[in-house]
Amino acid sequence: MSAPTTYRQPVSRLWWLKKRTYFLFVMRELSSVFVAWFAVFLMIMVVAIGRGEASYQSFLSWAASPIVVVVNIVALAFLVLHTVTWFALTPQAMVVRGPGGRWVPRIKEVSVAGRRVPAATVVRVGGRVPAGMVIASQYAGLIVVSAFVVWLVLR
Amino acid sequence: MADSIQMNVTRYDPDQDSAPTVARYEVPLRKDWAILDGLNYIKDHVDGSLSYRWSCRMGICGSCGMNIDGEPKLTCAAFLSDYAPGPIRVEPLSNFPVARDLVVDIGDFMEKLPRVKPWIVRDDVTVIDGEYLQTPEELEEYKQFSNCINCMLCYAACPIYGLEPDFIGPAAIALAERYDLDSRDRGQRERLDILIEKEGVWGCTFVGECTKVCPKHVDPAGAIQRYKLKAAQENVMAFLLPRGTR
Amino acid sequence: MTKRHLEPLLWLLFSGGGVMAAVFLPILVVLFGLAIPLGWVQPDYNHLHAVVSHWLTRLVLLGLFVVMLFHAAHRFRFTLYDGLQLRGFATPIAVLCYGAALVGSLAALVIVLTV
Repeated sequence: MSAPTTYRQPVSRLWWLKKRTYFLFVMRELSSVFVAWFAVFLMIMVVAIGRGEASYQSFLSWAASPIVVVVNIVALAFLVLHTVTWFALTPQAMVVRGPGGRWVPRIKEVSVAGRRVPAATVVRVGGRVPAGMVIASQYAGLIVVSAFVVWLVLR
Repeated sequence: MADSIQMNVTRYDPDQDSAPTVARYEVPLRKDWAILDGLNYIKDHVDGSLSYRWSCRMGICGSCGMNIDGEPKLTCAAFLSDYAPGPIRVEPLSNFPVARDLVVDIGDFMEKLPRVKPWIVRDDVTVIDGEYLQTPEELEEYKQFSNCINCMLCYAACPIYGLEPDFIGPAAIALAERYDLDSRDRGQRERLDILIEKEGVWGCTFVGECTKVCPKHVDPAGAIQRYKLKAAQENVMAFLLPRGTR
Repeated sequence: MTKRHLEPLLWLLFSGGGVMAAVFLPILVVLFGLAIPLGWVQPDYNHLHAVVSHWLTRLVLLGLFVVMLFHAAHRFRFTLYDGLQLRGFATPIAVLCYGAALVGSLAALVIVLTV
């Protein structure tokens, strides 16, 4: 008996335009371009500051040129998207445990000289911090860091 | 409310067709009818040759998954009236080869699933020793991941699985996590050796659609990211510890 | 025996960079990308020079630059793999992305050591 023939649905190269959530996902991933851009931008700025006031002023006039300002406005939009999505996904990606948790004994296998042997260990169970609280504390961190940066630069 | 609704159903006969076609059927629009009832109506009254899988009609067997208007759904849990006035697009689950009409070949998943050893790995005790004890607190740690019914909606929603068929996929990793978190299990090491490879967790870019379509709220996307952290920690240990103890 | 893998380490850099970018970048873009160049606020040059010259600032900046560049490289690599379906060119893409991050990191090191 020959194997039954099946039909494979092809994946379109523009698959990420087919669904709103896929599109948002690709936009989220493209924020990486602006993370890299702004790292480079800050590096240029640090060099300019290091070279003296004249070079800092010419950096400022370059940074105030329309193209750079537009790029930075777009960058800000993408970086806010990065921050919002990163904070929102954190409680899903990791379990944060609060004071309600406790340690319980657990046997785990470890490799010793290439052989698997059981070893006693302890793991944390319970006390999981609710997702909303994890997200809120990240925003609190964002506010503290932002306030500190503003204070450091503008004091 | 209109008394009927149109269903545009994908038909594919591997012996006749080179590609799927769409057939249009008019079915009664009843408030208590799911998409599956519409398909059963077609099969019983219009065209008996329509092929699709179903069994329990109550969202637990996991066999009636299809793409409804492009979204992976259990057809027993999606109602005709929610898609009124229609037409409703009924297609086989995406990312799987189509065997006939709405039936897909899930052989790939069936081959991948046992690789992550989704059972309690234990060789130091026998049945005669009695039951394994577990506290409700320890049960709670993995309970969410044990609700998986292998319905394949997460695979159909995952663009990475569509692009990279070697990716072991959402449900298999969620089930690996289910047994890893079980206090009675000792198989973490063996599962890690599978999932730390390229086809394991690393292809996932946290699109998150698997979790959104899961009818049992298993959260495979969360399981995969947690597994990445675990694998990364083990890997850092492997770099730090001397050779003999790895 | 556990084999040593590179991918988990790259993922750790990606994650660390993601956290840093999420927490630091919005305010840094608002300040240095818009507010200061457009003259909304005008910090004194000597003050900025003093801040940048402090060893702690330089250390923090170096850490930020390195993890953010590797974060971007990792994420962009997968965007090319999946968004443009370029998995066939996986190796050259990876070399280019992480290579660029490495060059940027070395540049960052030189900058913070010489400023």
